[in-house]
Amino acid sequence: MSTPGHPAAVAAVALVVLATVLVGGFGLRISRTTSDFYVASRTVRPRLNAAAISGEYLSAASFLGIAGLVLVHGPDMLWYPVGYTAGYLVLLVFVAAPLRRSGAYTLPDFAEGRLESQQVRRLVSVFVVGAGWVYLVPQLQGAGLTLKILTGAPGWLGDVLVASVVVVAVAAGGMRSITFVQVFQYWLKLTALLVPAVFLVLAWQGDGRPRVSFEEQISVFRADHPLYATYGLIVATFLGTMGLPHVVVRFYTSPNGRDARRTTVAVLALVGLFYLLPPVYGALGRLYAPELMHGGDADAAVLLLPARVIGGLGGDLLGALLAGGAFAAFLSTASGLTMAVAGVITQDVLPSRGVRHFRLATVLAIAVPLAGSLVISRVPVADAVGMAFAVSASSFCPLLVLGIWWRRLTPPGAIAGLLLGGGSALLSVAITVSGAVRPPGWPHALLAWPAVWSVPVGFLAMILVSLATPGRVPPGTNAAMTRFHLPEALTSGRGR
Amino acid sequence: MTGAGIAVIAVLVLLLFGTGFLLGRTARPVRTSDVGTPVEHATFETLHTASLAAPPLRTGLTEESARRSARGLRSLLGTDALCLTDRDRVLVWDGEGDHHGKDVMDHVGGLLASGRDTAFHSDCGDLDCPLRWAVAVPLTVDHRVLGTLVAYAPRESAVLARAAGEVARWVCVQLELAELDRSRTQLIEAEIKALRAQISPHFIFNSLAAIASFVRTDPERARELLLEFADFTRYSFRRHGEFTTLADELHSIDQYLALVRARFGERLSVTLQVAPEVLPVSLPFLCLQPLVENAVKHGLEGAAGLPRPQGPVRTGGTPIRITISALDAGAEAEVVIEDDGAGMEPERLRQILRGEGGASTGIGLLNVDERLRQVYGDGYGLVIETGVGAGMKITLRLPKYRAGVHGS
Repeated sequence: MSTPGHPAAVAAVALVVLATVLVGGFGLRISRTTSDFYVASRTVRPRLNAAAISGEYLSAASFLGIAGLVLVHGPDMLWYPVGYTAGYLVLLVFVAAPLRRSGAYTLPDFAEGRLESQQVRRLVSVFVVGAGWVYLVPQLQGAGLTLKILTGAPGWLGDVLVASVVVVAVAAGGMRSITFVQVFQYWLKLTALLVPAVFLVLAWQGDGRPRVSFEEQISVFRADHPLYATYGLIVATFLGTMGLPHVVVRFYTSPNGRDARRTTVAVLALVGLFYLLPPVYGALGRLYAPELMHGGDADAAVLLLPARVIGGLGGDLLGALLAGGAFAAFLSTASGLTMAVAGVITQDVLPSRGVRHFRLATVLAIAVPLAGSLVISRVPVADAVGMAFAVSASSFCPLLVLGIWWRRLTPPGAIAGLLLGGGSALLSVAITVSGAVRPPGWPHALLAWPAVWSVPVGFLAMILVSLATPGRVPPGTNAAMTRFHLPEALTSGRGR
Repeated sequence: MTGAGIAVIAVLVLLLFGTGFLLGRTARPVRTSDVGTPVEHATFETLHTASLAAPPLRTGLTEESARRSARGLRSLLGTDALCLTDRDRVLVWDGEGDHHGKDVMDHVGGLLASGRDTAFHSDCGDLDCPLRWAVAVPLTVDHRVLGTLVAYAPRESAVLARAAGEVARWVCVQLELAELDRSRTQLIEAEIKALRAQISPHFIFNSLAAIASFVRTDPERARELLLEFADFTRYSFRRHGEFTTLADELHSIDQYLALVRARFGERLSVTLQVAPEVLPVSLPFLCLQPLVENAVKHGLEGAAGLPRPQGPVRTGGTPIRITISALDAGAEAEVVIEDDGAGMEPERLRQILRGEGGASTGIGLLNVDERLRQVYGDGYGLVIETGVGAGMKITLRLPKYRAGVHGS
């Protein structure tokens, strides 16, 4: 395996890290005259916020993982980008505007506001932290892999590097405004994937356009129960997006429900645009880096391709661009998740004493997944992220959908649904990652893609227990429903 | 392998359902096996009934609260019928014989005037009607009779008269608490109103004077300023809603500063730093504007002395710098308002925040501090750093979400 260990790649990574810290620390809106005071104090426009959400959302799984999966397993894996995008459609239709109107910043806030129960709030916090950690592990591992390919450094170095950058940026109060960081990261990631893709396709054309063949199937565990796995993936990604902690907090930035909807539409466009690119890398990887199919890290395909196809200085530079983009992916998702998890930890776990506790919580929020990423054996990054989606889909999706659309939801019902749906999904993920149940066979398939059964379990438990405890419907339900579903102008009584 | 795996899953699912079932069980009240002696039991029952009747009465004496508490009150007294009235009419009749309801007001008329307990015979001519005698007791709050409680019985009963008196006194305590709640809300509203009133006189006068000075020289600017003024007053005097958003509050500060700048020109330089994601944060209405006003006053004073902003327009002099920043800090937003003006003796500031500062100074600071503490808890008051000649830096933290706080 030839490594594009060019200094340009290291420089690109360093540049991305530096730019992230700088934009985070100084990317505030600053006004010194009256005229731009108004502009500075205007809330974030949907398109800007959408770019920020997309920047935060497009993680290592999207940047590296999808191409790797397409390379190894062929076009069936296109369900990943489809699912990652379609999740926003479900979010748009069922959740976006009511969630914004609820005024909640985090999911525990939503649970408390809707169900008026501290118990539910605490339980939701546990799941937010759990899902966040499950999501953070593959981000850190992806960083380790990238750095290993770039420099030949030991695998743990990248994990530690990203974790420390996040701690320094977030905990030291450097991330004073995360919106512009994430916007910057989105465009950086898009550019980093788009420009090399253009060159690669041109090179492929110059090469006489060899046909990409997915005929050669190799025996991997995924072929075990492919249909079931695909459904598991579809359910998890379609329903899981709405509950991802770092996505939820970004909707708070929208000034009202209507803008939250518009933001989601723009996110659909931006994320959809991005996801056109990874499959290109996957297909070309099949052609030019076929050895990755048989062992080796398929996730590395994106990073290796420029050197393979183009080579020379041009290849090195494009490789550097990709490496920078990949690091942007790790950093943005990791910092967004860390901030969301740390926010929940400060609010619900540690007694709130201001900024110092937030720093402590940040360290805690990233230290656990860092330890996990170093201990746990590597799972393909897109699969690992899929597990976080499954946890979110089985716990937060029932809570959000029923909380927003069903008056008879009760706190005991919510607790039962979270424990049975989310708990079983979390447990399955833990068992899968620990390697206790190995492929092939149904047990592994059921545990690795739990969403197919855990989501219905979550919904059913929530509905049945709620129906069994009609006396526990929170007294403020009608008021909350009114606020969720009516435009702000009507509920606030403001005339303008 | 497969069989073992399925068994493992089955066990896990069973375990999870078991947990859920147990959780559902614990949500129900647990019956204690030890109910004590009959006397203790009776005491508990009475206290329990009383505690059930209390919450409705905490909202005051209305038809709704009377209806919801009447049953509990009647079972406390153990009578056949019970009636609650206000000063004009019967609010609720609980129990049998409600044809008596129409002449209750005639019987209690004297009581409403005198405030003394009365007992009366109530013969309705119906031989089967068990209600022959009644005792009526006043419900008084602050020496005002708000209504009466009338308990009916088949015959005269000293025990019932005594019990009715005690129950009425207990009801009065609940009604007094309701009154207290109401006056507390009124106090908060009055404070906000006071704050609005405090903005107006000097500021309106000065702004209008400044605008007038532009009418001839720069009519366009005068027009813009008038519009700013209209917008600013509309926001400050709005009647609804206790909360607003940071974006709206900053917008109002922008208008305020435009008007101040019209008077002081280039002397005043304001820097605003905003992390746009904190703009939708909800906060108590008019929480920042008084702080900015305070900063402007201090900056303009420069030296010690009472603020007299209605003085003549001063141009030239030392420039004043005010920095306003609103930054993201996890689940909170951090707002800092800093000026480089005269500052203040820390001891004096402490006096002001204790409410001993005298009438004219720092009502804004005190009011904002109190409202923040009241809404978010004592951990969220103003943090002020200052010294004589060292300017003043006010920091406040606003949680992004707090149940019940919804900016509109």
